[in-house]
Amino acid sequence: MAFRLKLVPDETRIDFFRWQFLTFGISTVLMLASIVVLFLNGLNFGIDFRGGTTIRTESVQPVDVAAYRAALQPLNLGDVAITEVFDPTFGDDQNVAQVRISAQDGAEAVTPQTIAAVEGALQQVDPSITFPSVESVGPKVSGELIQTAIYAVLASLVAISIYIWLRFEWQFAVGAIVSLIHDVLITMGVFALFQIRFDLTTIAALLTIVGYSINDTVVVFDRLRENLMKYKARPLRDLMNLSVNETLSRTVMTSGTTLVALIALLVLGGDVIRGFVFAITFGILIGTYSSIYVAKNVVLWLGVKRDWDKADPKDPKTRKNVSPFEGAEEG
Amino acid sequence: MLQIDRWKRILILGICLLGLLFALPNAFYARVEAHNDAVAQIEATGVETPELAAARDGWPSWLPNSLVNLGLDLRGGAHLLGEVQVAQVYKSRMDALWPELRRALSAERETIGAIRRVQAPEGVLSIEIGNPDQMARAVEIVRGYSTPVTTLTGAGQQSLAIATQGPTLTVQLSDAEKALTDDRTIQQSLEIVRRRVDEVGTREPTIMRQGADRILIQVPGIGSAAELKELIGTTAQLTFNPVVGTTGDAEAQPGLGQIIAPSVDQPNLFYILEDSPVVTGEDLVDAMPASDENGLPSVNFRFNPTGARAFGAYTSANIGQPFAIVLDNEVISAPVIRSAITTGSGQISGSMDFDQANRLAVLLRAGALPAEMTFLEERTIGPELGQDSVDAGKIAAAVGFVAVVALMILSYGRFGVFATVALGFNMLLLFAILSVIGATLTLPGIAGIVLTIGMAVDANVLVFERVREELKTARGPARAIELGYEKAMSAIVDANITTLIIAAILFVLGSGPVKGFAVTLTIGIVTSVFTALFVTRLLTVMWFERSRPKQIEV
Repeated sequence: MAFRLKLVPDETRIDFFRWQFLTFGISTVLMLASIVVLFLNGLNFGIDFRGGTTIRTESVQPVDVAAYRAALQPLNLGDVAITEVFDPTFGDDQNVAQVRISAQDGAEAVTPQTIAAVEGALQQVDPSITFPSVESVGPKVSGELIQTAIYAVLASLVAISIYIWLRFEWQFAVGAIVSLIHDVLITMGVFALFQIRFDLTTIAALLTIVGYSINDTVVVFDRLRENLMKYKARPLRDLMNLSVNETLSRTVMTSGTTLVALIALLVLGGDVIRGFVFAITFGILIGTYSSIYVAKNVVLWLGVKRDWDKADPKDPKTRKNVSPFEGAEEG
Repeated sequence: MLQIDRWKRILILGICLLGLLFALPNAFYARVEAHNDAVAQIEATGVETPELAAARDGWPSWLPNSLVNLGLDLRGGAHLLGEVQVAQVYKSRMDALWPELRRALSAERETIGAIRRVQAPEGVLSIEIGNPDQMARAVEIVRGYSTPVTTLTGAGQQSLAIATQGPTLTVQLSDAEKALTDDRTIQQSLEIVRRRVDEVGTREPTIMRQGADRILIQVPGIGSAAELKELIGTTAQLTFNPVVGTTGDAEAQPGLGQIIAPSVDQPNLFYILEDSPVVTGEDLVDAMPASDENGLPSVNFRFNPTGARAFGAYTSANIGQPFAIVLDNEVISAPVIRSAITTGSGQISGSMDFDQANRLAVLLRAGALPAEMTFLEERTIGPELGQDSVDAGKIAAAVGFVAVVALMILSYGRFGVFATVALGFNMLLLFAILSVIGATLTLPGIAGIVLTIGMAVDANVLVFERVREELKTARGPARAIELGYEKAMSAIVDANITTLIIAAILFVLGSGPVKGFAVTLTIGIVTSVFTALFVTRLLTVMWFERSRPKQIEV
């Protein structure tokens, strides 16, 4: 026998519904908490969504946020946020900061005078300072970008549910959508909680999470459908456990390889895309969890029509709606 | 049993080799780029210098030379989103219409009475007539200036919308005409922006229309968005006006039909000019940088026949008088006419260096923008930041690749090796397709590639796990492998189609970097399904045929 790394033992008989009150409860609590945090803290929108200007500064001298702030004070730019950026990929003499200026009046992005004034003031503080990037979005465009982002997320949810509905049954589509909303909401909650910058690429990350999570869910559903046809008489709950157990090693393996690649990017990929990569990494963890613990619970709760080939509504076995609560008591 | 037709094998291997061939130029990015630039330059100028020839020969011409385009966030450059103020054109159309209407209406003063233009919003022409009873006649006259508009929605629309209220008659462009005008304005602006950007000769700028009245401009390699704005924002309105006199007082009141314009190079010198120009830049057909008789930088220009005639007539009538060359309401120079210029060509010289002469020639050639542009979004990314991102992305991708490979080989042994080979081909095919279709790689696109590395093995994992299961029940390893591929298929298809849906939405709704992410994700899905299903299968079959194992371990 050659050596094999087994992340999951060959045969597993885990009852994934055993702790369903706990897992489903935790999921519900996390979703509610995310909504509360979103309302209380709000998202830390980048300039894509609220307009304004960000200037990245780089210098051989250490960043002195207070001095920067003092230098920009006389310019009367309104809300100015200065944050120092740290990254393991930076060299010793690489000191980076991010200056964010809120949108000025008018539809225009920013006037060249404003940028010149800011750059001039910062050069007074630190003559070696350079400006590797300057980005500016006008309030008109940022409003539209928010709209587009919301459309994108909604469109993806709708398109996915239609696809699942066509390929499976409507109950599966509902289960998939609930788990997707769960993933997106909790990821956004984390962004709100830690005030991580939320911009256009974060939306791309959210959609990627949706894609990955549905990918995972579909694999479980696919196996469930196969088992439903194979074992016509076994209760839905058992079949679900069987399906998840059978696909568990694949789920863990794929999440493992994806996470390994993403963690490399998270650590080594530089600070510019760290927010983006963080969102995807977090989302993949939560997506894996939700396809095991959320999607199929919803399907179980809704029940599945099991009389495809013999339409006999009188047969009690084929028309049984199993509720998760019933199942839990038995177990 | 477990077998693949010979022609299928050749096809699979052929695709992999093509992938290798077309991905290859990206491994020698700088060299291939120099080669492509040199070829383009030799073709454009017809001159072959030793340096150009060396750069060209740095990459054999019989090999593919398409490269993955690097997006602005990786190469550095400037990005602008401009909104064309299309309504300005309505105003100038109405302003131009007024003198004509005045003439026509005045001719029938006896019936409709005295007329005057009254205050109205921009783009609307309001005329008050002295005799409101005869409004119908006035409307009839105005209607004579309206032309039928043909649109997609149907004919029968007029170019002018005319309304009356009491003694006031208002004229404005109809909605159909506005739509047509907007379209023309944008097309014209696009063309002018394109010409101006092209003139400075940067590599592969993106200039495209976005939505109804917006223009997206992305220029790699340019220093900053401000520089780009300056290049496209300058109106370059060139006129040749008769000079009435000069003054040192900026507040001096010029006479009727005269304007005051400052000199570009002499402070406190102002010219009083006739307002109506003799010739304008619109009559210019060519302008190029040159040197004047003293060897100083200058710009040579040539008029079209109309301009040449007007200029010839004016100069022959005004020998000894000065005339002013005015650019954007500043007098560049005011030479004295020494002789009649009937050839239709001339020279602008003044205090400028060769760069400025070049710029001026560019601006003159391109002409003026039909309407102003306001900039809604602008981004500048320095080339170093882009390079840092590329370097970091490369390292991360390499580490990610190695980690995934290690995990696969540890978990699936020999089959993990097969999956690794497939993953390698997957990357080659991904880069080959990106290069051939000329897709743009952005920073999120790099993340898409890394994500693909992680997710690409999913199809393999599905198959291998299935084979493991089938080994427990099926008769013999060959059958198990067969069943493994067969039964994993539906899950693989569903999983990848859902991801494709997401990628499509990202592509349609995303912009710039996000679009780049969608592109790499989409291509990554396609290539990973191909390599996972066909390449690993081919490898498995080939190994199986050679060693004929009685039992296998996955």
